[in-house]
Amino acid sequence: MTSLITDEPMRTDFTRRLKQNGGLIALGIIILFNIIVTPNFLQAQTLAVNISQVATIAIVAMGMTLVIATGGIDLSVGAVMALSGALAPLIFQSEFGTAYPALGLVAALLFPLAAAFLCGLFNGTIVAVLKVQPIIATLILFISGRGIAQVLTNGNLQTFSNPEFSYLGTGKILGFPFQGWLALVIACLLFWLVNRTIFGRYLLAVGGNERAAKLSGGPVRKVKIGAYVLCSVLSGLAGLIVVAINSASDAARNGNLMELDAIAAAVVGGALLQGGKAPIFGAILGAVIIQLVKYTLLANGVEDEVALIAKAAIILAAVYIQQARKE
Amino acid sequence: MLDQNAFDLRKYISRNPQSVAVWIALVVLIIFGLLRYDNFGGAYNITSFLNYNAMFIAISVGMCFVILTGGIDLSVGSVAAFTSVVAAYLSPYGIEVAMPLAILSGIGFGLFNAVCIVFLRIPPFITTLATMLGAKGGSLVISGAETIAVDWGSNFTQLGMEKAFNIVPWTIVIVGILVVGLWIVLEMTSLGRTILAVGGGEDASTMMGLKVNRAKIFVYALSGGCAGIAGVFLASGFGAGQPLEGVGWELSAIAAVVVGGTLLTGGLGSLPATVAGALLLGLVFNILNFENGKGWISFSAYWQMVIRGAFLFAVILFQTRVMNRQSKVEFAK
Repeated sequence: MTSLITDEPMRTDFTRRLKQNGGLIALGIIILFNIIVTPNFLQAQTLAVNISQVATIAIVAMGMTLVIATGGIDLSVGAVMALSGALAPLIFQSEFGTAYPALGLVAALLFPLAAAFLCGLFNGTIVAVLKVQPIIATLILFISGRGIAQVLTNGNLQTFSNPEFSYLGTGKILGFPFQGWLALVIACLLFWLVNRTIFGRYLLAVGGNERAAKLSGGPVRKVKIGAYVLCSVLSGLAGLIVVAINSASDAARNGNLMELDAIAAAVVGGALLQGGKAPIFGAILGAVIIQLVKYTLLANGVEDEVALIAKAAIILAAVYIQQARKE
Repeated sequence: MLDQNAFDLRKYISRNPQSVAVWIALVVLIIFGLLRYDNFGGAYNITSFLNYNAMFIAISVGMCFVILTGGIDLSVGSVAAFTSVVAAYLSPYGIEVAMPLAILSGIGFGLFNAVCIVFLRIPPFITTLATMLGAKGGSLVISGAETIAVDWGSNFTQLGMEKAFNIVPWTIVIVGILVVGLWIVLEMTSLGRTILAVGGGEDASTMMGLKVNRAKIFVYALSGGCAGIAGVFLASGFGAGQPLEGVGWELSAIAAVVVGGTLLTGGLGSLPATVAGALLLGLVFNILNFENGKGWISFSAYWQMVIRGAFLFAVILFQTRVMNRQSKVEFAK
């Protein structure tokens, strides 16, 4: 008995640390693996490519983390990306956009984000006011959001050449991709929002115990709607970045399966599906892990299809470990 | 005792008030179609419509069982694609070999879901999302990302392309048997009661000593099996195993179940109304096609997704209103 008692704190301490830092350990293993196996891994170009690709996942995953913190989920992020990505070229290639390039550029940034804002408002209202389960509520836009984008573009690939707009996805500051900096700035802002504001307090309270939050006078509805709106706007931004990277907008492919990447990144980063936790920088860590796994598999000649199965396994493993942690 | 077990339509309606709407909508839509389009009631349109929608009915009834327990199965589309490839590979051995084995592979995915959900306690939505990816990857791997042509020499394609006694498509015969069988399971067996009870309140069911785990394993295996049937229909009806098919099928199935008035929280729902829901969704597109044919309007395929989403939205609005009214009534009592 005595040995059990003396052993216990040490062991739980060790396993707790392992679980708390599981993400970092996984990241370390992947990087180590790549240094040994993947050719040309330790090069600036590899870093730049990975940062430019991980930024969109990270931005969406941070929004998803906010929604998951309320105990919800947002399946529509990919569709919102497609929608905002389809709108931007439509605007700056329109008559107005070509006549007034500067105004057109501003409009091409603001209108898609406004559309994304409305999508978030729609999701949030159905969840918070009509009290429909988040999976189903966001399923509506998951289906029709991409449909609207395709109707708007008639299903065509929109190609363009607009260096100012493309800066969003191809620009560099201090040698690193612009969108990487952008993701970092957003992360700092959201971290402040979650940890230092009343909104953040209520966000975690709603996810922790919605009834208690409501009974203590918290603005549950507003907070929930706010989380969905933020998630959608961030998705809209990610959609713009993807379009800027490619100098082309394909409504059928932009953001396809992004909801899975974002959920996986958020969960790997430590977000609890039951709500009540919003690890913003964890979401970035999760996004980096997801991106590196993808990169590792591709760089070593593993087919896309197998990469899908690997991603499925990561999601299951991450949630399972998290579940065990809770119990 | 006999009275209690006998089927009472009024009682059935009063127990499932929200599923009445779908029957009314279905009848209205059929009458509209019959009046507006010449060939709408023709034998060709009816049989091809039913034949095409047989696979959606199959996955919808499987989904209905899962949703009745308060769960969700997002993997049905990918699993159907996977089983269509399996069936195509096995088609040279004839339908009597290909069909059971393909369905079995679907049940395998369902059991995997069940193990993750019941024993590893991973939420259904995450589990089946992962299976959706895994099955998609799996079907692309085994098919080499290409459609797999079936063996036209065997009797495999008869299932999807020919009719029983030259009247009813075989697919509809099989789906009919499936639906009736499952309806009996749901309404008249203890397993069916348990499934409804689990959806009504899982903790309470466990405390009452009901076999909750057995019911949950059954519904996910069933859903996988139904996706397997849909996959066989797909391969047999279109002459190829199609690893890239099945995208969005889970949404159609969920929509059909919801349109049929089954509560997404589980515990209350109707299997026949789910079938009606699947038919209704199919009918919307059938009518859209006819309308396009008339030339007054022209809806591109992209509109289908928008309309499907709008439809789901309308139904959810309706369901929440019914729910609110019901909870008020209960509160008043």
